[in-house]
Amino acid sequence: MGVFDIIGPIMVGPSSSHTAGAVRIGYIAGLLLGEPVKEARIDLYGSFLATGKGHGTDRALVAGLLHMKPDDSRIPYSFRIAEEAGVKITFGQADLRDVNPNTARIRMIGVSGQTMEVTGSSLGGGRIRICQVDGIEAHFSGESPTLVIRNQDIPGSVTEVTSLLKEKEVNIATMQLYRDSPGGDAVMVLECDQEVPEEIREQLRRLPEVQKVTYLSLKEGA
Amino acid sequence: MGFTSLADIAERAREKEFSFWRVVLEDDCMFSQVEPEESWKKMQEMYEAMREADQGYDGSLKSASGLVGGDGSRMEAYVEAGKGLCGPFFGRVIAKALKMGESNACMKRIVAAPTAGSCGVLPAVLLTYEEECRPGENAILKAMYVAAGIGGVIAVRSSISGAKGGCQAEIGASSAMAAGALTYLGGGDTEAILHSAAMALKNLMGLVCDPVAGLVEIPCVKRNVIGAVNALSASDMALAGIRSVIPPDEVIDAMRNVGDVMSVDLRETGRGGLAGTPTGQAIFEQLQKR
Repeated sequence: MGVFDIIGPIMVGPSSSHTAGAVRIGYIAGLLLGEPVKEARIDLYGSFLATGKGHGTDRALVAGLLHMKPDDSRIPYSFRIAEEAGVKITFGQADLRDVNPNTARIRMIGVSGQTMEVTGSSLGGGRIRICQVDGIEAHFSGESPTLVIRNQDIPGSVTEVTSLLKEKEVNIATMQLYRDSPGGDAVMVLECDQEVPEEIREQLRRLPEVQKVTYLSLKEGA
Repeated sequence: MGFTSLADIAERAREKEFSFWRVVLEDDCMFSQVEPEESWKKMQEMYEAMREADQGYDGSLKSASGLVGGDGSRMEAYVEAGKGLCGPFFGRVIAKALKMGESNACMKRIVAAPTAGSCGVLPAVLLTYEEECRPGENAILKAMYVAAGIGGVIAVRSSISGAKGGCQAEIGASSAMAAGALTYLGGGDTEAILHSAAMALKNLMGLVCDPVAGLVEIPCVKRNVIGAVNALSASDMALAGIRSVIPPDEVIDAMRNVGDVMSVDLRETGRGGLAGTPTGQAIFEQLQKR
């Protein structure tokens, strides 16, 4: 915990978990989609659902999807801004198991027709955790550049990925592996200390066992 | 934050012959891997944001429930008409605490210090002090490092979350931070700073987190007032030479222990305390229907 976790962040009220955290979930979901959102369905769970309206959680999530950060004064007006931009948003309830009480699931369609589903939880103090991407378990904070790789579970896939990163001197901060069954669908989540260049992402996509590469870049305009 | 006790900060200050604020600043530079100028600049931004939030208060706004808003203007008018029982300084602190708490409830931009719910306490005393006593912005920023050091130790040793420790952990922590900041500004030494924080925390110990309908509105806005005026009295006591018999770090531990035995109904669940009153429940049910 740093000095500016105690005095700060600068944020739009009223709640760091229900407002600032919700903006961040929307913001990271939008970054993961990688293009402007055209349509989104947001399902709320737990305390987001119970007290979300009073805390502006719904407006905060939409603001994040529109690329606003937690200190943006336009957050209370995000519904109107979305409407003016022609972004269609609908809300519902989610029945999720084994997640933090402050959770939202966002299904997005981008301007080019690309789709993505992201589930994120607010942990308090404005910090969040993304817990699912496209229905697959993945745990990351969104505070570092993050690679989510969906692949077939075969020996050596991890080495292939890590050696590609090593070539460009990208250091891995954390790494998680998940799979449904031996030889089945697997997921790697890598939080990195540096941005992962597009060149590497392209090489990863070309690996035969890799089905999908999703990347969270923290570089503005990336 | 590398410190787990206020005594450690005091010890480091003694060793290096530094002021309390300087120890906290250096610790931030280590923690965040930044130069002192960068940390200082960021603190300046925080203070500027507090000032903007205070000036941007809009008394015509209403919160989500429709039950919060306008009290900052009411208090200000009363104080400026010379009617306050406690004198203009005290009255202005009350008005500023209400304004910031209401701005937060009305989705305006604020600075969490340490939380959004307790965002009114520190700026209420610092902005009023700057306006009334003109110490210059540098002194205020140093006082903010003092506050951050105190809040950081409370967060590590106990908690600054209402869900974990009740309101004593949020308003209590912000009050202890504000007391330490004021004591520094008033010329108090490290010992006086720490004891003012301890007295502020002691006097709010046991305060429960009982938000009506689970919203950061009732009683959160007005609790910012008790946090701020409690800081003024704790700081005045410390500057008068009064000390807490229970040492500051032990007071923080006691606050944690009280939070641990506090019923979950009284820790931000919106069930006990004021939230559980017939009126609190009626407000909750009304909001559910909307």
